[in-house]
Amino acid sequence: MLTKRIIPCLDIKEGRTVKGTNFVDLRDAGDPVELGAFYAENGADELVFLDITATIDNRKTLVELVKQVARQVNIPFTVGGGIGSIEDVSALLNAGADKVSINSSVVRRPGLIDELALQFGSQCIIVAIDTRFVDGADWVHTHGGRNITALKTLEWAKEVEQRGAGEILLTSMDTDGTKAGFTNTLTAEISTHASIPIIASGGAGTMEDFFDVFTLGKADAGLAASIFHFKEIEINALKNYLAEKGIPMRI
Amino acid sequence: MNIAIIKYNAGNVASVMYALDRIGAKYTWTDDEKVIQSADKVIFPGVGEASTAMAYLKEKKLDQLIPTLKQPVLATCIGMQLLCKHSEENNTDCMGVFDVNITRFQSNTLKIPHVGWNSIQAHGENDLMKGLHETEFVYFVHSFYAPVYQDTSAICEYIQPFSAMLQKDNFFAAQFHAEISGKVGQKIIQNFLAL
Repeated sequence: MLTKRIIPCLDIKEGRTVKGTNFVDLRDAGDPVELGAFYAENGADELVFLDITATIDNRKTLVELVKQVARQVNIPFTVGGGIGSIEDVSALLNAGADKVSINSSVVRRPGLIDELALQFGSQCIIVAIDTRFVDGADWVHTHGGRNITALKTLEWAKEVEQRGAGEILLTSMDTDGTKAGFTNTLTAEISTHASIPIIASGGAGTMEDFFDVFTLGKADAGLAASIFHFKEIEINALKNYLAEKGIPMRI
Repeated sequence: MNIAIIKYNAGNVASVMYALDRIGAKYTWTDDEKVIQSADKVIFPGVGEASTAMAYLKEKKLDQLIPTLKQPVLATCIGMQLLCKHSEENNTDCMGVFDVNITRFQSNTLKIPHVGWNSIQAHGENDLMKGLHETEFVYFVHSFYAPVYQDTSAICEYIQPFSAMLQKDNFFAAQFHAEISGKVGQKIIQNFLAL
């Protein structure tokens, strides 16, 4: 049976993981390569690396980092942050990334999704959608949630699928960082309308939150950062818990 | 050992190369007929679209070379589909090593493409799953599939049972991405290299 995926997300700045971790068993918890390999060994189904600085100067550092990760890690991994062109995607895929995640640049120019899907195939194009509830509706935001757009979240999700996105990474800016649970109603609404997989992100605080996002939220994958980095939840324990509750998991 | 990875226009093969690096295998990425013919093992990977890939293989005459190879050949994802008879993806005639047609998943309830980790079960003769459990998880990304037929060596279930692996004479094929399927994928590649 196709399993639900658990995905840790690592924020990268100048080639290092940003948020600290308390992995005492790692020599260097700030090293994304070592941390990525640790997760791959310990139950993660995929990895996401998000370059939060994403300046031109940092591009070469990022590509080098992707090569090192690809040499070490034997599960699929995605790279996101500041990707704006076919050349950016080509450099990351050639370095060994399996997928890329794009956000602000496709809001600015949606046709880029079509171009990327044609050039590289939909399977490696994830469109990240940051959403926030404002004045009674869910709106797409860019720039880490700071800027509101004129796009309604569900409509945009439909459009990115139609243009050739392979998956959607849906982050709720309302719940992100709160540890109060994922945004299950909106996630379910989008997942029901979409035929491509939905990766839910933002708000994971407990194991129950993951159960809820896979059942109530109908998500195909759940993504989180700090709760994994600080070992508040261990991925293997989470997957055992979910499997016992009847959620299909790769154990 | 001499491993040739067939070079063509379907996707990037960085992950395949890194997977071989991790197990210490040396390889050449090539579309040269002589190099491919003289290799001990041939890997035919790929991520992409069937008709574009077949057009390129024809241009390089690799479509005539590949079916005549005598050494062990491992084809993955689109590589596997191109070794079959025909693909519904843009109505493409393929190389016909495996006597089966590729069709598109159809479902009103389940998502297409089939993306993620799914279990496969060995079926009949399967030399590449030796030392593994009868059921293992591997990573899939695809919208088209080969139905189960006489050369099926592993079955996966999504929408309906389909061929996760094929095996016939010196030809071995996997619909999933062994190169990013964790320890299971690594074992499958090692088993292939040990043939």
